[in-house]
Amino acid sequence: MNANPLLISGLVKTFGNSRALDGVDLDLRAGEVLGVLGPNGAGKSTLVRSVMGRVAADAGTISIFGTAAVPGDQLSRLSIGFVPQEIALYPLLTVRENLVVFGRYQGLAGSVLSEAIERSLGWAALEERQADPVGRLSGGMKRRLNIAAGVLHQPRVLLLDEPTVGVDPQSRERIYSMIESLREDGVSLIYTTHYMEEAERLCDRIAVMDHGKVIASGTKDELVRSTIGSGREIRIEVLTDIPITLRDELVGSGATVDELRVTMLSDHPAQDVARLVRRLDDEGIAVVDLSIRTPTLERVFLHLTGRELRE
Amino acid sequence: MILSVMRAGWMNLRRDRAALILSFIVPMVFFSIFASVFGGSGKERTAKIELAIADDDQSPRSKKLIETLRAESALRLIESPGEKDPKFNGSTVEAYVRSGSASVALVIPKGFGATQLDFASTDGTGQPTLRVIADSSDPIASPMVNGLLQKSVMASMPDMFMKGGVDIVDRFSGGLSAEQRANLDQSFSMFDSSSQVAPGTGSAPAAPGFSGVNVKMDDILGATKKNPLVAFYAAGIGVMFLLFTAANAGGALLEENESGTLDRILTTRLSLTQLLLGKMAYLTTLGVVQLVIMFIWGAVAFGLELLSHLTGFFIMAISTALACSAFGLLLASLSRTRAQLSAITTLCVLTISAIGGSMFPRFLMSETLQKVGLITFNAWALEGFIKVFWRDQGIVTLWPEVSVLLGTTVVFFVAARQLTRRWEIA
Repeated sequence: MNANPLLISGLVKTFGNSRALDGVDLDLRAGEVLGVLGPNGAGKSTLVRSVMGRVAADAGTISIFGTAAVPGDQLSRLSIGFVPQEIALYPLLTVRENLVVFGRYQGLAGSVLSEAIERSLGWAALEERQADPVGRLSGGMKRRLNIAAGVLHQPRVLLLDEPTVGVDPQSRERIYSMIESLREDGVSLIYTTHYMEEAERLCDRIAVMDHGKVIASGTKDELVRSTIGSGREIRIEVLTDIPITLRDELVGSGATVDELRVTMLSDHPAQDVARLVRRLDDEGIAVVDLSIRTPTLERVFLHLTGRELRE
Repeated sequence: MILSVMRAGWMNLRRDRAALILSFIVPMVFFSIFASVFGGSGKERTAKIELAIADDDQSPRSKKLIETLRAESALRLIESPGEKDPKFNGSTVEAYVRSGSASVALVIPKGFGATQLDFASTDGTGQPTLRVIADSSDPIASPMVNGLLQKSVMASMPDMFMKGGVDIVDRFSGGLSAEQRANLDQSFSMFDSSSQVAPGTGSAPAAPGFSGVNVKMDDILGATKKNPLVAFYAAGIGVMFLLFTAANAGGALLEENESGTLDRILTTRLSLTQLLLGKMAYLTTLGVVQLVIMFIWGAVAFGLELLSHLTGFFIMAISTALACSAFGLLLASLSRTRAQLSAITTLCVLTISAIGGSMFPRFLMSETLQKVGLITFNAWALEGFIKVFWRDQGIVTLWPEVSVLLGTTVVFFVAARQLTRRWEIA
């Protein structure tokens, strides 16, 4: 079967007066991690729920490995795993009991189920806590178990809806390594997030969503090139306040001045860095840090929408 | 500051319609229901006592007694099971009471009309005897019928009392003359013709300490029970708590929806119909276990005769638990939140428990409420348990109750399935 794991075309969904999805086109390629990046309310969760058949789209099509998937038809979705944004587990049941319950709901039984549970416990590093009720686990452990419960049946495609919300950095790292091991196993993943660091680190391609639309997609470099161009971001940190006259002059030349920081997108970074440092030096303002780097996804999003990702 | 807190409370209440209704409307509804059940509405009187009558004597005196009883406002006489059926006799009327169709019956035995009162008898063996067959599950009907019977006998048969008195005088005074006898016979005929005393008017009251005719009270159902009332309490309380348990356990659906677990479940191979059927199977087994424990405790602590009624018990326990489970799912599917479910459950369960007879026997309610009670499925459940444990009726006789309970289960389940469609696909 050579068809794409997932192909979404012209998906529209309206709730009352709100258009949650406004003609979304997206394709997930075999073995890749496709990040869906966007602020809260962009339509990411509605998109994932539509793919899982939990939301009936008003228009558009979804095909899974070349087969059209209509809402309510779970058979066409058996190759997909789903990890919801919420901790969708039974808090009074133990870690193992939760895995048994969800494994059985996925149709697993006997030795197949036992093997799946052992594999998942190891993968999520929860073997030592398997007899503990979920309610007693830390937030990070619950998140890991939440993901493990979605992959018991070894899906070929996994949809993760903001799986690291509210997780501390250490647990987040553990989750990243779980995701990376899935990719190594050839699982195709859709990963929704509003953390650009996650998208940059984990995703092969990124689709930027805003107001129910995919406004850009591609690798990070492609997104930067197609939105910002080949320029680099110059960032200069200074020791003292910049006088208003100089501030106006810098802004007039295309820079952004934010208290003790000057940033600028430049197609000729070497020349522009020299010019900026010279002007600051002329005014007696000490430079404490200087960097030239590829623009971040944050800047891409700002460029595309005119607002910050976390507004 | 205190005023601000108070104002904030009122503002919140004003915007919460459900809380408003619960605060002000529901108490009135509850008050009305409970006042109707326990106190009567004020316009409607307690139901008449249905008295089944078997006249094995067929004498003018027995007929007169029946007519006097018929005129009693507190009684409704039943002389045959149906309009076209033959009239009761001593054995058919007993079966009628045993089946629960009436809670009390009167048998006027053959020879009643010919027997004279013997005031000289000290042990009552010479008196005419009436047999009252009672179902003591209705603790009011048989004592009331006994009292009315004595009154009616006195009112309708003064000639019998006179003759009894004259016989004593005749026996102990050396004999009446022919003239005295003739005068007395004339007086007897006058009593006979004027004996159409309007009953219920209090005429011819029984003298204190005078028992009139012999009334043999025969408790055909309760007499053999070790602890007659425990069967009622076990059934009434058992069914009520089954309803509470089912409704609260059905709330797990709401928790699963709120926590996102339902979203996850419905992306597996499990369909919503399968999920609801699974929940109902769980709730039913929980309900049956609950009833088993309760009835075992009833047997151990209160002498409930469980072992001799096991088949009937399990038939009723399973049917009742099924209906209660579907009811619990329906309430959960009607609610948006756990708090709503809690309020709706309290309202519904207490209401149908009151109307259905879990708290107060239905036969003591007004006639209208007795009929209204039949629309509640728990009234049928209670009736089934009473048939098994009280009336000792065979399991075949449970078909109406079992049919109603299973039918209710299907209706509730289909309704719950329809209401949960909102969770299926957005």
